[in-house]
This record gives sequence, structure tokens and C-alpha cells, in this order.
Amino acid sequence: MIMHSILAHSAIISPVLRILAAWMLVLSFALLAQRRLLSLIRLLAWQGVTLAVGTALVAQLTGDPILWVSAVLTLSIKGILMPYVLHYLLRRLQVRGDVEMTLNVPSTQLLGILLVVFAFSIAAPLDGYLPAATHGMLGIALAAFLLSFLMMITRRKAISQIVGFLAMDNALFFAATSATLGMPLIVELGIALDTLIGLVVIGVFFFQIRDTFDSLDLHYLEHIREDK
Amino acid sequence: MIIFWVLVLAGAGVPLLAFLGSGRRGARLFLLLNFLVLIACVVMSVQVATQGIIRAGGDEFRVDAFSLLLALVNSTVGFSIAWFSHSYFLKEVQHHGLSAGQQKLYHSMFQLFLFTMLLAVLTNNMGILWVALEGATLSSVLLVSLMRKPQGLEAAWKYFILCGVGLAMALLGTVLLYFAAEPALGAGSDALLWSQLHAHSAALNSGVLTIAFIFVLVGFGTKVGLAPLHSWLPDAHAAGPSSASAALSALLLNVALYAILRFKSLLSGPVAGPFAAHLLMGFGLLTLLLAAFSMFRQQDVKRLFAYSSMEHMALITFAFGLGGPLAVFAGMLHMLGHSLAKSSVFFATGQASQEAGTQDISALNGLLHSRPVLGWSVLLSVLAILGMPPGSLFFSEILILASAVQQSWQSVPFLLVGVGTVFAAIYPRLQSMLLAPANSLPNRQSGVGGLLPVFFQISLVVILGVAIPGQIELWLHDVAGIVQ
Repeated sequence: MIMHSILAHSAIISPVLRILAAWMLVLSFALLAQRRLLSLIRLLAWQGVTLAVGTALVAQLTGDPILWVSAVLTLSIKGILMPYVLHYLLRRLQVRGDVEMTLNVPSTQLLGILLVVFAFSIAAPLDGYLPAATHGMLGIALAAFLLSFLMMITRRKAISQIVGFLAMDNALFFAATSATLGMPLIVELGIALDTLIGLVVIGVFFFQIRDTFDSLDLHYLEHIREDK
Repeated sequence: MIIFWVLVLAGAGVPLLAFLGSGRRGARLFLLLNFLVLIACVVMSVQVATQGIIRAGGDEFRVDAFSLLLALVNSTVGFSIAWFSHSYFLKEVQHHGLSAGQQKLYHSMFQLFLFTMLLAVLTNNMGILWVALEGATLSSVLLVSLMRKPQGLEAAWKYFILCGVGLAMALLGTVLLYFAAEPALGAGSDALLWSQLHAHSAALNSGVLTIAFIFVLVGFGTKVGLAPLHSWLPDAHAAGPSSASAALSALLLNVALYAILRFKSLLSGPVAGPFAAHLLMGFGLLTLLLAAFSMFRQQDVKRLFAYSSMEHMALITFAFGLGGPLAVFAGMLHMLGHSLAKSSVFFATGQASQEAGTQDISALNGLLHSRPVLGWSVLLSVLAILGMPPGSLFFSEILILASAVQQSWQSVPFLLVGVGTVFAAIYPRLQSMLLAPANSLPNRQSGVGGLLPVFFQISLVVILGVAIPGQIELWLHDVAGIVQ
């Protein structure tokens, strides 16, 4: 039934969804290139807003009230609360300056392009099962997922790793709304609850790291040896 | 109804302990709560024994033999942990000078962890299963970092990031599962109910399902400790308090594997089914060998036994991959035996290293002479984990080997080398811990009351080995029908 209503509306909405998807990918590349922590958090907030708009569009498209709930949840948690908490931590912990990278920007960007090609080649066979309106979306979601992963493993500071981690989550949400038109409500609520617990855990944890090392730079955390 | 009682009792403890969970009162409350949960689980198993599968909340919660066995072992070990933690944690509080806030954090996060472990096995919804496992990760991260030693923070960070990435992949797998189910079952939460999915598994698109399974296997596999994403496991086990190490090994690894197996049971096609089975066997063997050969280098007693957990989970994964009634029976029995025995090992070695003030194996000497009760509990629990008769792990390992000979002879040499290497790595260390001339231990000896769960659980392991109750044997046989 949902599939039918998509086909009916797809002429108007699907170009908009496509533009949003492309925007999501651009934001993921921007995260990969950005060195300043504050701008990273801002980009993450933009991703959250993009997700919420995408979910609202799909909600409009299918007329499913559950998706409206999900859009509101996404906007309030991923668009507003999460960036706010990260920003607060940044101020309270007085983390300053640029992000240490283990790889320089041009080479990470090149690697990123390879990852996008890879993601599309994995997702291409799955497109056959999707309604025409959402063709290519899964590829973009997977690409954004891999780019966020790349960002996470090339950064040194705890906060930027967390930003990468949360961006990965955003990419998954994008996959869930674009490919399957949202998850059941109870699951969405559970995931939102986990995100909230996660924020508390991250907060407590950052203060523990800072109190122990006087820094949030993770190279202090590289001392466990197998044989120690 | 009883399902709700189990969950409500376990869940209500979280806020309660967050406010009242400090000092002796907190430890007692923690113990009382988990005693009540254990009783509720026993009542639930009586109901399942008489009525068969029970349900609650429409079809959202569902208890069959597979979930029941895990719920029973979770609540039994949960109660033992609370008992052990009563004396152990109060000593830790003294040694590390933990504040009241940290004690409340410990108890409430521990209770949250135990709650999510029960929720994961009692729910029928594959989405909620993911939510529960994510909750388990988040709550146990703070347990690992509790002592605020640099080593603990490092381990907790690694744990958080690696398992976070793993769970993200598993979520992608769950999304794809929903995507495959929606055409057959319609939108809404019914489409993620395992019982519905299992009933209609032939109608699901096996291409999408196979890709979903790969993501789930790698994702939840990270939590099981399957190679190559296992490196969080030894660190987290070594750094956290011993009660948390016991909980990770005895509960979390099992439940993560349970999630993978629930997924696998949905892959029924002629291509997809064997493919999933081969993946499980391959990851199992790889992890088994890697864990076995890593053991020789370990100097830290808790790291050593963390690798042993990897080895046992690898054997269990392999057994479920083999499939067939005998192998699944053996794998399930091994799961139960491993949980009971491994948590005992962490209780015993945890108390030993707390008294010695170090986890270095070469510093833990002569326990049998200087501390007989402690020495015996180390001896019995380590012998059980090495698979000595009459413990149940001996019989389940023999059964796994026997079904491997029947169904996949190529894997037999790897299994023998793996299990043999583990024995060669652990046994000499056990001897030195028990019999070598004793070092002068610092005067931190605690009572032996905290070690009661070791003897309780090891006798359960022996009972499972030599005189397994008929009802449990029946349930173990039922599991084969569920996971295939």
C-alpha cells in the first residue's frame, strides 16, 4: 500500500529527496575535510536537520503519522540536543584549536571518493528491490556511513571521534527512512532512548578522561600492550 | 504476566539503585533485587515447562526454550554476581577511594546491564533486541572505566568505539531485515517480530536477507568477540572490576551470539542457509586459533581468561554453524556451562588479584597453601573451564568434536589444535598460581563468603555434566528446532 502511494507522489517528491540525499553526501565530505571542532559540530547539526526534513518529506509522501513522530524526534535529538550537548562539553572542557589528523586532508578526500564508488557498487544490486523513487538512496546512505567511519578513524581527539560516530548513526537513519520508509514506532523510540543514554555516557566519560589526563587528546590512550 | 514481573523487577532496580545504591545498603539492595529476579525467572521456567511457549504484550514478548535457557542462566549468574559483588565491591571502594556517586553509578549501571540482558532474550522484536544490546554496551562502558585508571579509560574508549561501530552495522542489518520483511508482512511492528518472520521465512527475499545477515554477523560478532574485531574484549575484561568481567563473559557474549542465531534461523533458502552456516564455522575456527595462540603471551590473569572466553565463544559459534540436532545441543550446553564456569573463574581470580593487589600471574603464587578456600575455588573453576570431567564442558566439547567428525572432518585438526593449545597455555599457569612457593601477600585478605557462588555454580556445572535434569535436556533439544 505504501509502495503505491509512493509511486503516485514520486514525481514531485522524489527529486527533492534526491537533492537531500546529495546534500547528505556533501555534508559527509565536509566533515571529512573540516579541521575545526566547532565547525564539525555545526556540520553534524546540519546533518540532523537534513535527516529530519527527509523524514518529514517521506511522512508527507506516505501519510504515515508514525513518520511524523520520527521526524520530530530526529529534529529534537539529532538536530538540536546532540549538537548542543557536544557544544556544552567543548566549552566546559575547554577543548581548543584544530583537530589532529593522522592523514592529511587531500588523501582522506581521495580515499573518500574510492569509498563512495565501493558503496555504490555494493548497493547497486539492492536497488532492484526498491521503489523507483528511492533508487540510489541506499548507495548514498552506505557511502555516508563509510565516510563517517573514515573520519572517525583518522581523527585523534575524543570529541571528533564521537562526531564521526554520530555521523555514522545519521547515515544509518538515512538508510532507514529512505530505503524502508522508517522503522516501527517502538523501535524508533528505543533507538531514541539509547541515544539519550549514550549522550549521558559520553558526557560522564569525557569528564573522566579529562580529569585523568588533563586532555581529550586520545594519544594518551595508547598504552595498553599485549604483554604488559 | 510473569514476563512483565521479570522485566519490571530488573528494570525498577535501575532508578532505585541510582538513588540508594551507595555503601553497604546499595550492595544489599542490589543482591535483593537480583534474588527476586532469579525467583521470577524460576517461576517463569515452571510456566514454560507446563504451558510451552508463553507470550505477553500481544506478541511483543515471547519465551521459548532458547530464550528461557538464556534467561535462566542470566538470572542465575546475575544473582551470583550480586552476591560476589557484595564483599568484593566494598573492598574496591576502600582501595580506590570511590565516592558515593561512583558507587551509585556502579550499582545502577550494573542493574541496567542485567535488565538489558533479560530484555534482549525475552523480546520477540528484532528491533528491540538491537536496542537492548546497545543499552548493554552503553551501561557496561562506564563499569569498565569506573576505577578511572588510565588503563581502564583506554579500554573503555576502545570498547565504546569498536562496539559502537559494530552495533551500527548490526542496526543496518536490522534495517535491511525490515526492508526484506515489509513486502511479505506489511509495515508496522509485526514485520520485525521473530515469530512472524520465522513463520514466513520462505517469503522473504533471500538476497536482501543474506546481505543483512553479513552486517549482523560482523556487527553483533564484534560483541561476541569474533576475530578480527575482538580487540576490545581482553582490554575491557582486564580493566574493569572483576564482577563486570564476569558479567561481560557470562552474559553479554552469549546474548550477542543469541542475536546472531535468531537472525540466522530466518535464512532458510538452499543457498542462504548453508552460506550463513559456513560463515559461522569459519569465524569460529579463526577466532578459536587466534585466541588459543594469543594466550601464551598473557601475563595478566584476567586477560588470559578473557582470551579463554573468546575461545569458548568460538567453539559455540562453530557448533551452531555445524547445525544438526547433536551439534546444536552441544553448543547450547556449552553456552550454559561456559557462563557458569567462566563467571566463577572471574570471581575466584578477581578476589585473588584484589588480595594480592595485582593481576600479574607471576605474583599470584601458592594460593592453595596460603589461602586454601580461595585456592580451591581457583582450582575447581579453572579445571571446569579447561573442560575436565565431570564438568559439563567436557561433555559438550566431546559432542562438538563428535559432530565435527561426522559433518565436517576438515575442521577437526583445527579444533584439536585449538583446544590443545589452550590447555597447554593455561595449565602451567594454574600450577604456578596454586603450588609455587607463596609470595608475601599484602595484608588485604577478605573473607571467603564472596566465594560461595563459585562452589554453587561449579556444582551446577557438574550437575549439567553428569545428571542433567530431564526438563533442561528437553529444552536443549528444542533449541535445535528453533535455530534451524
